[in-house]
Amino acid sequence: MKKFLAFALSCSLALTALAGCSSTPPSSAAPETGSPDASAPAAQSGDKVVRIGVFEPSTGDSASGGKKEMLGMQYANTETPTVEVGGETYSVELVYADNGSTTDKAPTAASQLVSEGVALVLGSYGSGVSIAGGPIFGDAGIPAIGVTCTNPNVTAGNDYYFRICFLDPFQGTVLANFAKDKFSATTAYCLGEAGNEYDQGLIAYFEQAFTAAGGTVIKDSFPTNNSDFNSYLNKAKDQGADVIFTPVSIAYATQIITQAADLGIEAPFLGSDTLDDNMVLEAAKGTNVQLYVSTFYQEGGNPDFDEGIKNYINTADGALEANGGNDTIAAVSAMGYDAYYVALEAIKAAGSVEPADIKAALWDVTYDGVSGHIEFDDTNGDAVRDTAYIKHSTNDGAWELEGVQTVAQ
Amino acid sequence: MIQTKKNKTGAFLGLVAAVVVLALVVVLENTLPSTSQLFIVLKKGAVYSLVAVSMNLLNGFTGLFSLGQAGFMLLGAYTYAILTVPVAQKDTVYYLYGGSALNFSLPDLFGGVDTPQGLILGVALAILLAGCVAALFAWLIGLPVLRLKSDYLAIATLGFAEIIRAIFQWQALGPVTNGANMITQIPTFTSFNIKNADGEVILRLSAFVPFLVAILCIAVIVMLINSSYGRAFKAIREDEIAAEAMGINLAKHKMLSFCISSFFAGVGGALFAMYASNAQAKVYTSTMTYEILLIVVIGGIGSVSGSCIATFLYVAASEWWLRFLDSEMWIFGVKVPFLRTGFRMVVFSIIIMIVVLFFRRGLMGDKELPDLFRPRPKKTARKAGEHNG
Amino acid sequence: MEFFISTLLFGISVGGQYALIAIGYTMVYGILRLINFAHGDVFMVAGLMGIYLTSSLGAYLSPTTILVSLILVLVLTVLLGFLIERVAYKPLRTAPRMSVMISAIGVSYLLQNTATYVTGGQPMTYPAIPFLSDTITVAGTPIKWVVILTPFLVVILVVALTQLINHTKVGMAMRAVAKDFETSQLMGIKINSVISTTFVIGSALAALGSMLYFTTYQAVTPTAGAMPGLKAFVAAVFGGIGSIPGAVIGAFLIGICENFVKVLPFEGATTFVDAFTFALLIIVLVFKPTGLFGEKATDKV
Repeated sequence: MKKFLAFALSCSLALTALAGCSSTPPSSAAPETGSPDASAPAAQSGDKVVRIGVFEPSTGDSASGGKKEMLGMQYANTETPTVEVGGETYSVELVYADNGSTTDKAPTAASQLVSEGVALVLGSYGSGVSIAGGPIFGDAGIPAIGVTCTNPNVTAGNDYYFRICFLDPFQGTVLANFAKDKFSATTAYCLGEAGNEYDQGLIAYFEQAFTAAGGTVIKDSFPTNNSDFNSYLNKAKDQGADVIFTPVSIAYATQIITQAADLGIEAPFLGSDTLDDNMVLEAAKGTNVQLYVSTFYQEGGNPDFDEGIKNYINTADGALEANGGNDTIAAVSAMGYDAYYVALEAIKAAGSVEPADIKAALWDVTYDGVSGHIEFDDTNGDAVRDTAYIKHSTNDGAWELEGVQTVAQ
Repeated sequence: MIQTKKNKTGAFLGLVAAVVVLALVVVLENTLPSTSQLFIVLKKGAVYSLVAVSMNLLNGFTGLFSLGQAGFMLLGAYTYAILTVPVAQKDTVYYLYGGSALNFSLPDLFGGVDTPQGLILGVALAILLAGCVAALFAWLIGLPVLRLKSDYLAIATLGFAEIIRAIFQWQALGPVTNGANMITQIPTFTSFNIKNADGEVILRLSAFVPFLVAILCIAVIVMLINSSYGRAFKAIREDEIAAEAMGINLAKHKMLSFCISSFFAGVGGALFAMYASNAQAKVYTSTMTYEILLIVVIGGIGSVSGSCIATFLYVAASEWWLRFLDSEMWIFGVKVPFLRTGFRMVVFSIIIMIVVLFFRRGLMGDKELPDLFRPRPKKTARKAGEHNG
Repeated sequence: MEFFISTLLFGISVGGQYALIAIGYTMVYGILRLINFAHGDVFMVAGLMGIYLTSSLGAYLSPTTILVSLILVLVLTVLLGFLIERVAYKPLRTAPRMSVMISAIGVSYLLQNTATYVTGGQPMTYPAIPFLSDTITVAGTPIKWVVILTPFLVVILVVALTQLINHTKVGMAMRAVAKDFETSQLMGIKINSVISTTFVIGSALAALGSMLYFTTYQAVTPTAGAMPGLKAFVAAVFGGIGSIPGAVIGAFLIGICENFVKVLPFEGATTFVDAFTFALLIIVLVFKPTGLFGEKATDKV
């Protein structure tokens, strides 16, 4: 018995491995949310299908943002489920892989998309996972379009990674200027997660711009999974900070805002694009916390899109839950929506569904999306963007546009 | 006499098995479509099996309960990454700090990553140094903590791993460690694929490399276990006081085991950086240590081949075979219940629990793979409690 | 000065919450010699149950629904702790020690992954509990009542618990089992019920801890139990694992130190908040290898 068992175990890996890869990849890729009808025609009519990989976190720290970004893509997919390539109509199928918000799970998630034969990849929310997944796509020759990953290293040194959002140096500068202009701040308290490239990168750029303009910066970081921010916030208050800059992920942001509300912190909070999330908005609801965030899109920017996606969020199966329980439009959803259309543009321009052709075509794609004009620069494939929206929480569960901030690059 | 003969045939069989495995990996990689998920599982499995075996050396063979493995992997990964970022890429990688404080890179010293000798020598040396740095730190840490007993040792080593992680996340060390940012652009397994002049891959070696390094290292560990040192380690595991009475220098042997285990964890860390194509401190948390400990125990404490088999099963199940559970599925128009993101990990943890509860000595107990095919002795005292789950 | 006092208060409060979890660790360790890695996750699950129960019992929160749901949380958490012991630890009583610990890690995985699955990976918000969530101003800083009450509650509980252990039959049985597992079995002590009682007490404290903790820090994520769990475990080791007063003192020390490190005026010092805790632990262990109040281990030959 024992012998047999051990033998079976040692063989099972090799055997199933062979069986698993000689067969065609399983079509286990029905969309996570959305009605079944959306994917049904593709399977039934047997017409040509182009697969687009969705490389997003749906578990872990960034799950909340990843799900909202996916919502934009899913909505775009229900709106335009086909693409014309060389006179033929292809159905677009979204293939999902959960990168779990961690860089050590990202390579396997990326390889899942590669093995399912996607033509190009959209994502991810979160820069770290994009950097970790990038080489897998690069090795497979599949182009990827970063949606809201703002770290410079996502595209630098990776020919296959493009992105449609602005970058951290830009965003950090925008927020520093805003702190100076709006609040005449001289002291800024910066709080980020230790060892998180997103938080620390933004803080570094914020510091550069803020000190260049004559301000002083107090920087602190909290360990991963920390939930007690009282002492930090109390310190910020004690040190007389004029603004508090917290470019942290959503779970931490909600904690910081609620604890700040309890402590009666009066200094305004500045947040990066991650804080533009309705969970953060909920946390600020009914409090006196002043919260300003820089972001990619403001509700009302494109009424048609707003109406359409709200309708989608309220009707599609599971969408409302994924959006955090209400139909406030997250900027990342708008970005996901734009990314999908940029992908379609690239496929059309390539006139082919081969990854190599799409990659070649992507450099010259231009598209006017709901979040603004999108085109890629020639060096890294980064979006040429010089505008960020700044909005503030009205503390009754909504965002209000504060202004549009531009920095000459 | 019989003992040596057995050892020789064992060594020979081991060599044959290693060659067969390596050949199989090369053949598989060059025949199957390179997009298959099999290869990422193989790569990660090779890396993890080395780390699991190194942990088994400490926890299983020497009986020192240490939870510092992720910390030593981190040291290895960073040493490797810092030493191999090409000089030309340093400004890009260390963009927040305006370049790195170290203005050389090992592969560049031997002619650059694009030349075979630069790649092989540079990477080999960096991996070796990764192990050495981890071993050095292990020695420093071992001085105070190896006196501690069982669980106290575990928590102290876990603590050191966390401290090491914090140091590497410290922004002030940014010019060397790149702070919170990842160190990217390092030579990875795919760098070893042989390309022709047009840049097309003619021979894939990306899965072969981790297997080669892992097999070499595991072979060294196995030889160590079968040496007089290994017997001393086992004696310490069974009974420290008796071992000491037999004339085994406890402090020396514990330190030796700790440093050697950490050396290979460091090598494993370097390989993990190659696998993930970056080094970032955030990844090497206590969760990673628990994961490896889980693998070691599932494989069987004190069984090298058990650790290896368990690693591949663990990695394949969690990262590949169960992935279909994460997305909705329709069979004959009926929606399969429960399937959505996260279900994979629920099922996976239930499987883990079943294995833990019903194979209480792990898949292999303390036996090795060849033991199972030998005629078994009539009565073994251990059998009694072994299989009554 | 005001700043000092408020930091101290936060530290004491965090310490109290760690203490409630640490007691569970230390009691189980004392009896089974098992590091119950799942304990932090039981704590997290108690938090999630609090959220789901309050939202399902009443659309709007009245004090009665909150009270009812909190009692239900307590009962269910106790049940969960009991079940975990019966299913995951009891069958392994004769197995090597490492197997039981791995089983604990497995349970911890299972709870975390199930929580991820159920919540869909989104952070959940813990309901505000009347009175406890209200704030008062101490030394110029608005502070929630829960922050002030936690340490007192902990002290009361610890006194009650030591009374239980030192002066009741169950307590005596617990001490006997902790001292010598086999002999106490021979003496006619039903060790299974003693162990179950330990888990019941530990889980009840975890449930209570979760109420206090998540009232202060309202977001519950699947990994929300990991860090408090680890810190509480460190606290238990710090005080000498197996000793209840030791665990409590360790927890308060760690909570206070941690909060003072968070406000150190040196740049970059806060990167080492957790590292500092561990460094402190290692220093203590180097000088007192079994913690501050741990029994000296004697090697039997």
